[in-house]
Amino acid sequence: MSTRPGVTDPLWVRILLTALALLFLFGFLLIPLAAVFSQAFEQGWRAYLAALATPDTKSAVLLTMTVAVLAVPLNTAFGIAAAWAIARFEFPGKRALVTLIDLPFAVSPVVSGLVFVLLFGAQGRFGPWLIDHGYKVIFALPGLVLATLFVTVPFVARELIPLMEAQGADEEEAAISLGASTWSMFWRVTLPKIRWGLLYGVILLNARAIGEFGAVSVVSGHIRGQTNTIPLHIEILYQEYEFSAAFAVASVLTLLAVVTLVLKSLVAWRLRES
Amino acid sequence: MSARVPGPEPGGSGVTRRVLPGFGPALGVTLTYLCLLVLIPLAGVFLRASGMSGAAFLEAVSNSRALAAYRLTFGAAFVAAAINAVFGLLVAWVLVRYPFPGRRVVDAMVDLPFAMPTAVAGLALTAVYAGNGWLGQYLVPLGIPVVFTPLGVTLALTFIGLPFVVRTVQPVLQDLELEVEEAAASLGASRGQTFVRITLPGVLPALVTGFTLAFARALGEYGSVVFISGNLPFKTEIATLLIMTKLEQYDYAGATAIASVMLVVSFALLLAINALQAWARRRGNAPLQATV
Repeated sequence: MSTRPGVTDPLWVRILLTALALLFLFGFLLIPLAAVFSQAFEQGWRAYLAALATPDTKSAVLLTMTVAVLAVPLNTAFGIAAAWAIARFEFPGKRALVTLIDLPFAVSPVVSGLVFVLLFGAQGRFGPWLIDHGYKVIFALPGLVLATLFVTVPFVARELIPLMEAQGADEEEAAISLGASTWSMFWRVTLPKIRWGLLYGVILLNARAIGEFGAVSVVSGHIRGQTNTIPLHIEILYQEYEFSAAFAVASVLTLLAVVTLVLKSLVAWRLRES
Repeated sequence: MSARVPGPEPGGSGVTRRVLPGFGPALGVTLTYLCLLVLIPLAGVFLRASGMSGAAFLEAVSNSRALAAYRLTFGAAFVAAAINAVFGLLVAWVLVRYPFPGRRVVDAMVDLPFAMPTAVAGLALTAVYAGNGWLGQYLVPLGIPVVFTPLGVTLALTFIGLPFVVRTVQPVLQDLELEVEEAAASLGASRGQTFVRITLPGVLPALVTGFTLAFARALGEYGSVVFISGNLPFKTEIATLLIMTKLEQYDYAGATAIASVMLVVSFALLLAINALQAWARRRGNAPLQATV
């Protein structure tokens, strides 16, 4: 591409601009990434592993996994339903619905948590009634799941809608007119068609569900060993000046982020292939 | 592409009969889910805010501490989005136009701020820019402290907004037709003139969209800022931190009032982003949806 006359920049321009761009990315992305691992291993392997093996860390990992296991399938199912309605049918208000699905991305994570405190907190609209009847939403698991669901609503839908619109409905229509049931059409035609796009959305959804901080911070109450997810646990360790331990736990999430990036790139590559 | 068969409209509802099944349940699930999880909870904020007296609401949203927080939030978010507009365009240009070894790895790396939990990003940036950090040890002696300053807030917001401009501009640059640039060159335009007169107008809608996405994201950011800012009222306290502080003091009314202001700004920006994307589509170079 760069060998075409008239659109080729002089070599020094190319080298200068590439160097500038890489320097920017290096400074803003790689240095912080490396800093996490450097800080995590500052006191050696033994301290690193000890920090990961504490009961509080273990319960944070377990809680985060519980939240993700509940939130990811729910929002995946929502994303598929929304994409089916939007990409396969015409109805009034469709564009408004697409904007509505994107809404949680525009809302601050802190406000996303606050809305559930206002509904279910001790001073909230339904909170006193729920608490009287023995249900605890805020400062408990249901609140964490709700806040996580809220911030991750759009991920699967916004990957699937453009993909399914581009793919068209011919194969599904053929399946139905040949007598396939709704379920067999979905499992045998639709799902194989959208699987890479779906996987892409689920990878991003999962990463955000595990890493969410602001929204869960508002609803968690920071009860050690009970309502601290991994990111909240990191904050507590940091505030208690256990820097190496904080970075040790942070390094696990960083590793997860790098794995997410690699998987995402692989899936995006498969998506382009298909 | 649409799954409709021409036919009579039952009941004149404006919806035609379809071959494909599942429209009713799919739309029903979508609307119910969104209402229960997103719309009703968000409406609760405005409902709670409307329960306050006018004077109390005004005091909560416009006292000097809140005004200082807005100033810092909007200022730092604007500067961060501007930095990202310049460098995002540069990164997108280099990724599209200049092949270099390792380009695919660098390309994948751009999304790191989307994949990295914000709290981890905040911790990492604090470690890098602290007085004994890798970069802080050179900046602090120069009289440029980063941690616990508005500069630190701006750097954190630049980090989390970094992918937006790259990801909106990149596909548009890829689709720009080189023939137009060649034509410009053959008519005697310099590379600089071609860039300013041909390329830049072509990517402008995407660039503005990316800027607005980065700005909107930065306004609501919390996790990456909380560690590096030190949360000093009037100095490094952003709006989301102020909401958090008020919640911790059980001042729900105050938190709700500021949250409703930030929500209105979020809605306005969301509409602006939609309008920008429509503009880009009309220009025939729609940026791909950027994932937050």
